[in-house]
Amino acid sequence: MTTPPTASQTVGPFFHLGMAHLERGNFVAQGIAGERVTIRGQVLDADGNAVPDAMLEIWQADSSGRYGGEIFPQNSATPRFLGFGRIETDDKGEFSFTTIKPGRVASPDGSLQAPHIVVTLFSRGLLKPLRTRLYFPDEPGNADDPILKLVPQERRSTLMARCSGQRGAKNVPENAPPKIFDWKIVMQGDGETVFFDY
Amino acid sequence: MKAASYGRAPAGTQPNYLYPQYVSTCKRSPKQPLILLPHTLSELTGPVFGHSEIGENDNDLTHQHSGEAQGERIIVSGRVLDEEGRAIPGALVEVWQTNAAGRYRHRVDQHGAPLDPNFTGCGRVLTDREGRYRFVTIKPGAYPWQNHPNAWRPAHIHFSLFGAGLLSRLVTQMYFPGDPLLPFDPVFNSVPDENARNRLISDFDWDTTMPSHALGYRFDIILRGRQATPVEVSP
Ligand SMILES: [Fe+3]
Repeated sequence: MTTPPTASQTVGPFFHLGMAHLERGNFVAQGIAGERVTIRGQVLDADGNAVPDAMLEIWQADSSGRYGGEIFPQNSATPRFLGFGRIETDDKGEFSFTTIKPGRVASPDGSLQAPHIVVTLFSRGLLKPLRTRLYFPDEPGNADDPILKLVPQERRSTLMARCSGQRGAKNVPENAPPKIFDWKIVMQGDGETVFFDY
Repeated sequence: MKAASYGRAPAGTQPNYLYPQYVSTCKRSPKQPLILLPHTLSELTGPVFGHSEIGENDNDLTHQHSGEAQGERIIVSGRVLDEEGRAIPGALVEVWQTNAAGRYRHRVDQHGAPLDPNFTGCGRVLTDREGRYRFVTIKPGAYPWQNHPNAWRPAHIHFSLFGAGLLSRLVTQMYFPGDPLLPFDPVFNSVPDENARNRLISDFDWDTTMPSHALGYRFDIILRGRQATPVEVSP
């Protein structure tokens, strides 16, 4: 006897109350290995209007392609990379977060996926979250990535961050300032982002 | 190749993205077909939360300030289970809600009902080994919204849950039995299947009602889980 999962409902416009405690703009602590990257972006609706009440949840592997475990590693001696983050859009629908570029993770057939960040989007007007992925340009693994191959060629660019060529402020502990990437999430219409069902 | 896998929700048990009666879905729902994604490590894994995330009064929304929150005290409890009825221990449950007057402590909430200085309206707990959770709070109020003329949301508590892995991530809302606003609410009615919809309504519960103190409501939550029987997957 099985029971179907409980139905999803929108987070509504007031999710900040319950969700803010996990919001962060920077997911990398001192001592974490990997190339620092800052992702700047904007969430847009069907009319190209900014979505000021959206929330993104990020899940990614560390720089060696391993997924992490427990959040909040402050108590442990060696910092571990959590790979989870939650970010709200601002009044202009914009968001920004700093993380490390993830390593490559195995796919079910044993091949390696290209570096990617799993993004789950919540907002008022979404009765269930939109799920997408962010890939990095000029990665040798992109051509053979088993998930990108499922996406029609002409829509793959919606999953690809664009390197702005800039380096950000030195606000991130470790090494060089992060490389900046830009990415738009279009919920509907022209240039609609590829969303996944899983 | 055989692998333990996650099933997909039966038709009608989850809302679609587009539900025109809920007007905000019209400009925010994708028009292109979704791409069916095989489950890779990226979806099968997910964050694990520990007790360091939970504060002392996070499970008692009536005692987060110097005075006690106003309104009808209630106890909301239940179990977090997978589709086959197995308990999900260590799940992070986050809740947020209005105060007794139907007002959120949020800068965007313009409703003219009073704020309660002793009520914030958010809480969080981890489920125990049997998948149980429990909150003490006050019964939230109905509130007006701009969706259609004379639109009011039925009283509800927002729930957010992290089970084992991203595939079991769920955000939902809990409603109260007998609420006269339920038949008129497009968010509640966006769930096509009547049984699935009605499972969003909590049960009044004598067993958790505390004499002379608080009414009990039970709300069990089912998350996607690995199916017991491995299925054939194409290589
Ligand atoms: Fe609400």
